[in-house]
Amino acid sequence: MRLRKLVWKELFERKNQVITGLLAILLGITVIVAIKNITFYSEKAVAQELDALGANILVLPKSATLQNYYSADMQGEEFPEEYVERLTQSNLQGVDNLSPKLSFPVEIQGHKFTLTGILPKSEFQAKALWQVAGVFSRPEGCGTVVPIPGLTPAQPKETLVRTRVIETLNNTEALVGADVAGTLGLKSNDTISVMGKIFTVAAVLPQTGTVDDSRIFGHLHTVQQLAGKGRTINVIEIVGCCDQISKGLLPKINGLLPEAKVVTIAQVVDTQIKTNRMMSNLSMVFVAVIVLVGGASIANYMYGNVHERRREIGTLMALGAGSRLVLKMFLLKALLLGLAGGVGGYVLGTILAMFLGPKLAGIIVLPMPTLVLWAIGISVLIALVASYFPARRAARLDPFATLQEV
Amino acid sequence: MLKMEAVTKTYNHRRPAVTVLNDVTLEIHRGDFISIVGPSGSGKSTLLLAMGGMLSPSSGRVVLDGESLYELAPDGRAALRGQKIGFVFQTFNLVPYLSALENVQVPLFLAGMIEADQKERAASLLERFGLGDRLTHKPSELSVGQQQRVALARMLANDPSVILADEPTGSLDPETSSQVIAFLEETNREGRTVVMVTHDPQIARRAKRTLRLDGGRISYEEQTRDLASVA
Repeated sequence: MRLRKLVWKELFERKNQVITGLLAILLGITVIVAIKNITFYSEKAVAQELDALGANILVLPKSATLQNYYSADMQGEEFPEEYVERLTQSNLQGVDNLSPKLSFPVEIQGHKFTLTGILPKSEFQAKALWQVAGVFSRPEGCGTVVPIPGLTPAQPKETLVRTRVIETLNNTEALVGADVAGTLGLKSNDTISVMGKIFTVAAVLPQTGTVDDSRIFGHLHTVQQLAGKGRTINVIEIVGCCDQISKGLLPKINGLLPEAKVVTIAQVVDTQIKTNRMMSNLSMVFVAVIVLVGGASIANYMYGNVHERRREIGTLMALGAGSRLVLKMFLLKALLLGLAGGVGGYVLGTILAMFLGPKLAGIIVLPMPTLVLWAIGISVLIALVASYFPARRAARLDPFATLQEV
Repeated sequence: MLKMEAVTKTYNHRRPAVTVLNDVTLEIHRGDFISIVGPSGSGKSTLLLAMGGMLSPSSGRVVLDGESLYELAPDGRAALRGQKIGFVFQTFNLVPYLSALENVQVPLFLAGMIEADQKERAASLLERFGLGDRLTHKPSELSVGQQQRVALARMLANDPSVILADEPTGSLDPETSSQVIAFLEETNREGRTVVMVTHDPQIARRAKRTLRLDGGRISYEEQTRDLASVA
């Protein structure tokens, strides 16, 4: 006989009561684990979708609007290219794939297009200072750090236009949008004259249904020369990490670039932030509910158990059990109940999340081993706290009174 | 030696105050066998439990082998009970979810004995009581007489020097009652002190001394058998 065996046998003796007492905490942990699990993978999925969408933060001239940006008409306003350096040197967490651009309208063979200067990725990497700043290293927690099965990361070539990250582009090369190519009859390796400068068509970009289809992309510095406005740009597109955006990345960028306007693709990011916040709040509400309901249920069960076992406790005391042993006996029982609630809640919650994730959120949900520690921790804590007073009552029982009751 | 020195127990929870033990002074020598008789509510069980360190008196002292029980901390008193006192209850008080073997192991576990030794000692005690084939049976699977024998085996587990039996035959048929008293006599012959509360005058006469309790006081004392063997 050992204390553990004594407690274990008693638990099995009253299985139905144990299950009833445990039900509230078990269900509570199940729901929280399911919510946390689905939320985690939902955030990942949305972050990936955001990545696929491309830039989600824009740095624009003060007076420009999102509409100006989408119509590729920046009203002739620019700001210095040096802003990019400010961003890269700041080592801000959550800023990925900076893409400075200069766009202005051009007319070719009587057709109006937009000439857009972009900086290829190779030039960022060539600048040691920018590398140190970690421009191309993805901060931890961003959507694509952990590949999620079933959600294939976007292919660089397909997202070339949307992500604006182009590996190499020399001074005489140009990428042309589908409409430009269609209108001017261009294909790869053709040449095109823009404002007197001859470019070779490096690639014709696939149709996107956006203003990009009527753009001609050239090297930023070449386009700057053609514009004749020095080292200026009129937009910096940033792939911001969604988590970081919700943690206040925009005000930080605003602080760095007070002369510019920092905007985000509000609908997408706001929805994500709101969803995350709602799920987080919901999960906190459930934590509060299980602390109250689960705790009350366990406490009620334990008080009942102590009352039911008064005679047994009195007998144990008559046989030599001290109050500390009685206290330990009930707290060990609470620990086992907490463990059962935590493990059971984790298993059920994970199964629920894996079942509901695809149905409710259209995402694949996998088990999260880290949640088992969280589930057990909170369940054990609730069980121990809720059982402390009943256990103390048991330890302080008057053995004489318990043995006198028949 | 077990001594009670002017022990009084008064309950003040409700008015008027109730005195269940009134200035009881008693000396019980090692190897004595005492029966306590008296009407219901006379304080017999209270006296027994006070002797066993289970009920602190309002005044007076209970001394076992020179140690004043109620001057010890509760846990110290519990440890002393585990070492020196064995209780027998009318309703046996077996732990319902434990087997016969495990019930007998309980006091051994409380005394800190390792599990293998507990099992060996508990099995040998149950063999002594003719329950060798009932080791794994739970109390609900045993007859009333068998349950009382398990309780007796449990009581003997830590080899107590004092046995306090509260109506040990109260729930038993005459034949089983006789077996239980025979067993108490046997343990008494082994040198243990036995104090037994009973309603049954015939059972009481099997003890060496009989005390009668009335209204919490010892009203008379009768020597029922030769005390020559009492140390």
